[in-house]
Amino acid sequence: MSAAVGYAAVAGQVVVVGAGAPLLTGWMRQVRARLEGRAGAGVLQPWRDTRKLLRKEPVTPVGTGPAFRAAPALLVATTVVAAALVPLLSTDTPVSSHADLIVVVSLIALGTLALALAGLDTGTAFGGMGASREMTVAALVEPTILLSVFALSIPAGTTNIPAIVTGAVHEPARLTSPAGLLATAALAVAVLAETGRIPVDNPSTHLELTMIHEAMVLEYAGPDLALVELGSQLRLTLLLGLLSSLFVPWGIATSASWAGLAVALVLFAAKLVLLGAVLAAAEVFWAKVRLFRVPELLAGSFLLAVLAVASSYFLSGAS
Amino acid sequence: MSVIPAALAAAAVLAGAGALAGIVLPYRLRIPAVGVLTAGVGVGGGTAGVAALGGSGWAGTFPGVLPLAGAAAAVDALAGLFIAVAGAVVAAVAVYGIGYAAGHGPHGLGSRTAQAVLPPFALTLVLVPVAASVSTFLALWELMALGSLLLVLAEHRERASVRQAGVWYAVMTHLGLVLLLAGLALFAAGAGGETFTALRAGAHTVPPAVRGLVFVLVALAFTSKAGALPLHAWLPRAHPEAPSPVSALMSAAMVNLGIYGLVRTGLDLLGGGPAWWWLGLIAVGGTSAVYGILQAAMASDLKRLLAYSTSENMGLVLIGVGASGLFAAYGDRPLAALALCAALLHVVNHSAFKALLFCAAGSVLRSTGLRDLDRLGGLRSRMPVTAAFFAVAALGAVALPPGNGFISEWLLLQSLIHGLAVPGVAVAVVLPLSVALIALSAGIAAAAFVKALGVGFFARPRSDRAASAEEAPILMLAGMGLLGAACAALALVPGLLGGSLDRAVGATGLPGGGAVSGGGLEVRLTGISAALSPVWVVAALTVALMAAVGLPRLYGRRRRRVNARLWDCGGGAPTPRMAYTATSFAEPLQRVFDDVLAPEQDLDVTPVRESAYLVERVRFQRRVSDRIEHRLYEPVLRALNTAGQSARRLAGGSVHRYLGYGFAGLVFLLLALAVGW
Amino acid sequence: MGLLRKIRTTGRVAEPAPPRPEAEQPLAAGELRGSVQVRCVDAGSCNGCEIEIAAAFNPLYDAERYGARLVASPRHADVALVTGPVTRNMAEPLRRTVAAMGEPKLVVAVGDCAIDCGEFAGGYGVEGAVADVLPVDLAVPGCPPEPDQIVAALRRVTGR
Repeated sequence: MSAAVGYAAVAGQVVVVGAGAPLLTGWMRQVRARLEGRAGAGVLQPWRDTRKLLRKEPVTPVGTGPAFRAAPALLVATTVVAAALVPLLSTDTPVSSHADLIVVVSLIALGTLALALAGLDTGTAFGGMGASREMTVAALVEPTILLSVFALSIPAGTTNIPAIVTGAVHEPARLTSPAGLLATAALAVAVLAETGRIPVDNPSTHLELTMIHEAMVLEYAGPDLALVELGSQLRLTLLLGLLSSLFVPWGIATSASWAGLAVALVLFAAKLVLLGAVLAAAEVFWAKVRLFRVPELLAGSFLLAVLAVASSYFLSGAS
Repeated sequence: MSVIPAALAAAAVLAGAGALAGIVLPYRLRIPAVGVLTAGVGVGGGTAGVAALGGSGWAGTFPGVLPLAGAAAAVDALAGLFIAVAGAVVAAVAVYGIGYAAGHGPHGLGSRTAQAVLPPFALTLVLVPVAASVSTFLALWELMALGSLLLVLAEHRERASVRQAGVWYAVMTHLGLVLLLAGLALFAAGAGGETFTALRAGAHTVPPAVRGLVFVLVALAFTSKAGALPLHAWLPRAHPEAPSPVSALMSAAMVNLGIYGLVRTGLDLLGGGPAWWWLGLIAVGGTSAVYGILQAAMASDLKRLLAYSTSENMGLVLIGVGASGLFAAYGDRPLAALALCAALLHVVNHSAFKALLFCAAGSVLRSTGLRDLDRLGGLRSRMPVTAAFFAVAALGAVALPPGNGFISEWLLLQSLIHGLAVPGVAVAVVLPLSVALIALSAGIAAAAFVKALGVGFFARPRSDRAASAEEAPILMLAGMGLLGAACAALALVPGLLGGSLDRAVGATGLPGGGAVSGGGLEVRLTGISAALSPVWVVAALTVALMAAVGLPRLYGRRRRRVNARLWDCGGGAPTPRMAYTATSFAEPLQRVFDDVLAPEQDLDVTPVRESAYLVERVRFQRRVSDRIEHRLYEPVLRALNTAGQSARRLAGGSVHRYLGYGFAGLVFLLLALAVGW
Repeated sequence: MGLLRKIRTTGRVAEPAPPRPEAEQPLAAGELRGSVQVRCVDAGSCNGCEIEIAAAFNPLYDAERYGARLVASPRHADVALVTGPVTRNMAEPLRRTVAAMGEPKLVVAVGDCAIDCGEFAGGYGVEGAVADVLPVDLAVPGCPPEPDQIVAALRRVTGR
């Protein structure tokens, strides 16, 4: 019985993230549209786009190779595996002993890498430019993420995400400690950078020279493009979900029960809707920063993460 | 008679035969014969190493071999680990080397000298960890250095830069030898014996200040051999200029011995030490890791990139060794064992992927004659197998799952993260910084290897030579296949190494009590709730990949995939010159780290003769030089030069004056004897 | 805070959606079902049509609410929105742009110039109308056409 709940939880996480990711993007676009005085295309629009792209003609640009073909599927696959690992709905799943935060972060980085290689594989100026910029940002984001992980794992004594989440549920003071707050801020900036949102990258830009993520995928068409778009939507959902699991862990089922799972599902959806709305609203107020100002932003978040670790150590050492 | 001495003796005999074969046999027979015999040396060494890792040990003395002291040999699990790694690398690279040298003509690596030196060099790689006394160790160490020096110089007729690299390497490796000699002699004098057993027993009688001095001297020498800052300058010169199989041997087997020496003397013979030793080592490791990979990310020479990446990985290993010593100094011995375990596993992983990377780079170099990434490209269609091997190894090098480097870096991070339980402010400051440095180096490593793979092998050829590349011959592919299989095995079932690693760690006196266990399929840490199952990750990724490919097909209308020309913004077809090069790829990172790298920039505008406002020619040049080398070495070299110039005045050519020097020296000696002793 | 107040006081500026255009959907658009990505190509226009296209996507007309979106790459696009008479220099790039799009794809000619070269007919640099270069699926007349008409044309493609 409990095993069944566990498997259902894992399947639920994958399905919710998979089906919900386009909806979340649609929701965020809708919020933005309303704040800008527009009517908006509706929450379902990303799903319509995906449906159409899947039925379009697949195109292979001449001169590209296996890396270009494999990258979209790999991007989606890494994110799906990460979605199965992160305790979005339940901390008590058959895979929870493998749900290591470093593994999850690395899986996400693997997806970034695959897409960057695909960008270079086209051999066009834009593809190379996007790959170069993406890897520069990724290289600077990684330390921030790992240090935030470090800060979070100090009170829990482990990098296992379910253990961190369970610990935080039972001991909410961990989250409101300076270390918890600083790590939240650092990780939030890192998530913005990893998912290519404003102020790091503008997902709806049409100007090639200002692009980061979009420049890498200019050559994709049809079903491949559908996977790339789905991949980046999945990443956004997963990383926001991870953020909510780590810093607002309440509601996540800590034991194997159907009722707990149902509550977790509802609360997870609510958290994501709220986070998405906040992010979309923030994007209305922010402007994208210049490419060479991005490292300054990331260095700032890195500093926050260092502070988080330091305060976590010294404050917990003092008490 | 146990397996170990028999296997080592067999290796020695094969090496001798190989050297002989290299000298006497004609060119056609020379290369296969030497290659097979060298592979035999590797297999022999590997067998001995594996036997030692399996738990058997061996010790012996050979009174007649070296004058005065004789030679002492001993093999424990720690030595066994390095012997096994060296043996495996030698065996695979020897197979690769046959294909590499054949058809290259009887010069360079195929020459009589190089082929005669190769088997003994391989033997010294295997034998250095066997040494069990200071004199034996130093003798083998020097033989290894000389062998590698001769091999680095193999192509000196073809490029002047080889000779320059040779000079750098010769000077620096002997500087290291001098430091090592001083350190170990000091240690032996204090401990009252020069065999490792005597040193181990007498280490606690040496005064702390002397122990500290010994450690600093020895650590400088060993970190220099491992390619860590600040004595790293030989590495990015010698590794690219050596023939590729030699680069592979040096980068995957020789630099490891620096780590071996450090672990052996620091943790085993000296029996650990105060925290400042290890903090220093972590600092050296952390700086090397970040600086090395940053230079790698800037390099557009493929082999230079790989050489700097060696610096980075050895830096990571040094962080692990340093953390281990630090934890031991604060009394947390299980955690120290875990950190050392991570460091040793990273040595093994690095050897596997770096040997493969250098071999793949060698295939490219042999086929195209190019190391410059800016002129390569498009190799994936011309050299698919080589490109695939390079990709596998690069996945290991970027430390992401499912590559093999990920597992050791994960272990290293785990040991550092849990190290905060160890009391002490120094620990609290250093460990987060080390985690940050490891993470930063991992991030930049991703950029560096995306550049190497994406620019070098993907896209379209940027020069004619790259466009006419041909796949490497079968023996080279076979050698690379062995290394690729090793990478895959290390990535998928690292747990199999658990017992061996424990024994190797146990040989240093730390409790090896199952820091890594879990059988073949899983890595589980005792005492820390963390587990990693690479097989699980790979399986899940495969399933997800199939779903990602399959599910859209179910829904999508089956349309035929069509080919289309690249999107060129409607203009003419983009030429390869429009594609991003390695230099342009690295430019944003270079801007970010401008202050660290301090690139030299040179803009030269030539106006036409008639008017200063019309530009005839613009020349732009940018070079990222090794800043540490610039800042640290040049003043020293200048000072030496000045001293040498002024010393020339002493030797004016007058015989009277020389007789006078002799007389003065004698008088001084007699006075000293009369007054002092 | 100024922006926040502005958002609150302005509210929704998008005009109420006019009824769905009566005219029937072009054949190729049947498979798009409510999602159309648009790539604009200026084949030699005086930029009057561009201003109107930009207006069609502003908050007032909000073409995005019907599922149309401007994209950067023709690989991502279903519709090429071509403006202006096709000049000699732009004829080949225009063909290449449309060739870069995957099936199903449509070409929409916007403005009188795109339909019959308008003011520029017979110019020495003019190759011809869009239809002389490519098969046109839909035309939006006007010099320049009003945003309403552009939106209506796009709605015929999206079917919303």
